[in-house]
Amino acid sequence: MEVADKTTFKWDSKIPTGPLTEKWKTHKNNVKLVNPSNKRKYNILVVGTGLAGASAAASLGELGYNVKAFCIQDSARRAHSIAAQGGINAAKNYQNDGDSIWRLFYDTIKGGDYRAREANVYRLAEVSNNIIDQCVAQGVPFAREYGGTLDNRSFGGAQVSRTFYARGQTGQQLLLGAYSALMKMVHSGKVEVRTREEMLDLVTVDGTAKGIISRNLVTGKIERHAADAVLLCTGGYGNVFYLSTNAKNSNVTAAWRCYRKGALFANPSFTQIHPTCIPVSGEYQSKLTLMSESLRNDGRVWVPKAQGDKRHPNEIPEEERDYYLERIYPSFGNLVPRDVASRNAKNVCDEGRGVGESGLAVYLDFADAIKRDGEKAIRDRYGNLFEMYQKITDENPYEVPMRIYPAVHYTMGGLWVDYNLMTTVPGLFALGEANFSDHGANRLGASALMQGLADGYFVIPYTIGNYLTEVTPGEVDTTHKAFDEAEQSITAEIEKVLNIKGSKTILDFHRQLGKIMWDKVGMSRDEQGLKEAIEEISALRKEFWSDVFVPGQPATYNKYLEYALRVADFLELGELMARDALDRPESCGGHFREESKTPEGEAKRDDENYTHVSAWEFTGVDKAPVHHREPLIFENVKLTQRSYK
Amino acid sequence: MSNKDIISVNLKVWRQDGPNDKGRFEDYSLKEVNTHMSFLEMLDVLNENLMKEQKQPVEFDHDCREGICGSCNLVINGIPHGPEARTAACQLHMRHFNDGDTITIEPWRATAFPVIKDLVVDRNAFDRIMAAGGYVTVATGNAPDANAIPISKIDADSAMDYAVCIGCGACVAACPNSSASLFTGAKVAQLSKLPQGAPERKQRVKAMVEQMDKEGFGDCSNFAECEAVCPVGISITSIATMRTEYVKAMFS
Ligand SMILES: Cc1cc2nc3c(=O)[nH]c(=O)nc-3n(C[C@H](O)[C@H](O)[C@H](O)COP(=O)(O)OP(=O)(O)OC[C@H]3O[C@@H](n4cnc5c(N)ncnc54)[C@H](O)[C@@H]3O)c2cc1C
Ligand code: SF4
Ligand code: FES
Repeated sequence: MEVADKTTFKWDSKIPTGPLTEKWKTHKNNVKLVNPSNKRKYNILVVGTGLAGASAAASLGELGYNVKAFCIQDSARRAHSIAAQGGINAAKNYQNDGDSIWRLFYDTIKGGDYRAREANVYRLAEVSNNIIDQCVAQGVPFAREYGGTLDNRSFGGAQVSRTFYARGQTGQQLLLGAYSALMKMVHSGKVEVRTREEMLDLVTVDGTAKGIISRNLVTGKIERHAADAVLLCTGGYGNVFYLSTNAKNSNVTAAWRCYRKGALFANPSFTQIHPTCIPVSGEYQSKLTLMSESLRNDGRVWVPKAQGDKRHPNEIPEEERDYYLERIYPSFGNLVPRDVASRNAKNVCDEGRGVGESGLAVYLDFADAIKRDGEKAIRDRYGNLFEMYQKITDENPYEVPMRIYPAVHYTMGGLWVDYNLMTTVPGLFALGEANFSDHGANRLGASALMQGLADGYFVIPYTIGNYLTEVTPGEVDTTHKAFDEAEQSITAEIEKVLNIKGSKTILDFHRQLGKIMWDKVGMSRDEQGLKEAIEEISALRKEFWSDVFVPGQPATYNKYLEYALRVADFLELGELMARDALDRPESCGGHFREESKTPEGEAKRDDENYTHVSAWEFTGVDKAPVHHREPLIFENVKLTQRSYK
Repeated sequence: MSNKDIISVNLKVWRQDGPNDKGRFEDYSLKEVNTHMSFLEMLDVLNENLMKEQKQPVEFDHDCREGICGSCNLVINGIPHGPEARTAACQLHMRHFNDGDTITIEPWRATAFPVIKDLVVDRNAFDRIMAAGGYVTVATGNAPDANAIPISKIDADSAMDYAVCIGCGACVAACPNSSASLFTGAKVAQLSKLPQGAPERKQRVKAMVEQMDKEGFGDCSNFAECEAVCPVGISITSIATMRTEYVKAMFS
């Protein structure tokens, strides 16, 4: 299947003119404002209640809009953001170690291997400080120094200490802060939260987003919701790999349905493989558990120097250990960015020096830190992570080094958005992990929480006004034929999948897809593997639609039906990811093409030909999508080969 | 604690077709359970087996599978979240069971948490308690510099001890009175430790306690069963704090 090509990008990214440091300020002064008394006439749907969705829904409710928010879980507070551990970045420079908005911007652009937009990233760094202020005011109990001021820690890819944290539960505390703001708006009647309700389609009228179709997950009833704007805050799609650190309900369906309705999907293959996760233990494994990157502040990564050394780690003498990150990258050491740490772990395991039963693990050792700072200090910093590790592996990391291995963790790709966070479908916005905007080809640690909250608290409340002033509120209601059509197609799809009554379970398909993705669209990719992946996924998808068994009835609580619909969409997304990876023969950030590496084996970019965003346009299932390219223009930073040596 | 790698278990699982169905236990036996599996992975295997026989799988709530989202809600052998202290059901591993064990699995049982299907219950009452007052009113963009109000490390740490509640509801399930005091107290206590919480202190505790009563949760009679099952170790000092705050709010 040939890919139709369009080299020019016909959609405007709406980046304001003027110097980088002034763009956002100027833009805020220029956006059109909705008259306060008119705001209540506008209905906004916010799909998702993670950091992005909860903060957006609460802030828009406060401004006076009518907001309806949706989530899959039984409470808004359970969104996947709750699981984030390590921290959130901000350019406060409280540590007086030379941090600044510029430096945070620069680190993020560089960390993303120069595949993100300067203007978006600068704005992100600019609002980062407001986020910390807002969260503290909400009562988020960030870690503090004895003097009462806020504490910071370091994270990978940065040489300053700018990460704010709340023990190992930063995401939980930030989400509970946003959730509390959201519940306050629920109390005041400005926001309605629909829990256990899943968006299954976007409704467009003349190409403009006017509502959604959802399924009430308790009763199975298909529902219609009309609105003047739809905000997609539905998180990432790492579960396309089956095993990932994402929560089990994380999925691509909402974003995928928008893609099918005309929203471009950008850089789908840009996936982050996180270096510090608990290794796979068996076939039955249902998900992978992250051990926060913050552990690399104190833990030292090593493997035995010799291949196949099966001795107990504590019996391997110092001189027979290879602290390979410290050896290869003396200036960043254990704090190299994630993509670099992951690839190196894979390399040492490929060399036969991996540890543990499977040989697919490396050690993360705290012995030196405990000797230096005492067990109590380490317990204070990472107690709950150590506990979690012990619960899962039955090993005590205070005594035996942790075993870790890379796992799929985050997806930098997502719906293409302009500077206002609007997709190519007017009225449809995407926030948080669901969009592609700020992390380029690799996300730095503690930057996803920052981005989700930046989008929700500080960007969308300004930029949505620009769009809304152009539309008449309530133009379309749920009796419009676009709703009839969308509802009929969803009902038919549900019936179809339930009636296959095949011989394989949904999990069988998901696992098989995950294996193809991990082997061929995972940590390293090459042309042949990617071509095979495209064929294999397409075949698997056909098999799914003829041989899957989905239990139960449409109109009841039915988790496996939900699951089947999500896996069906993953089976389409996986193919697009492989295509996207194939059409980018350079290596950059988390996207590593075997064909493109430096003599030292590091990712080698090809700036001349690939300094662009790839954005894909749907043309039909089993049909080749159209490839668009948005050139990335760097006016303020010089593109260099990333070096962490 | 099993020292075998592979065990067999018998399961007695609560099955209930919907809110109006009476419900019943059904028996299943599972062979070849790897003891490194998590409890929920064991249920995944059960469901796979059931579906391979074209039978109805058991519905249960779960999401993060790392003890933080508060979705999982299984009463295992009569204990909410099962036999391991400070462990949510999703973090429980099969190595804590023995070959041949019979394991009973039920949903939370409380009037305020009606069963939706099988092991899935409705916990929206918790959201309504939070909506009544579990927040600091501060509109987006209105915050002073984060370091403007110093907070002692001791107070911040203590607030954090209460803030880690995952909202699972095990405390309610364990309480003979089905009281939600530990859950509500945790939020009241967190915000009572922080200067940010002070301005709304009185309305907050009153509104949250009243909502708790309205939802049909029972009173607290100091059984302390809640603290024993809480997967994150919320202390019952939170309930004492809530009471003091409540009394202060009512009589000042
Ligand atoms: C284990 C782990 C640790 C992490 N640690 C950190 C960290 O320390 N620092 C950091 O910066 N980042 C971290 N991240 C990344 C970060 O947590 C996420 O990128 C971020 O929280 C995503 O937030 P979100 O609001 O975009 O989406 P999510 O939090 O994923 O929320 C998605 C929401 O959308 C809803 N939803 C999805 N589909 C539908 C649908 N079809 N209909 C209705 N609702 C739907 C869900 O119910 C949910 O409410 C971590 C990630 C993981 C997996
Ligand atoms: S107090 Fe403990 S048991 Fe109760 S809801 Fe919170 S975490 Fe669960
Ligand atoms: S599944 Fe999230 S706490 Fe158990």
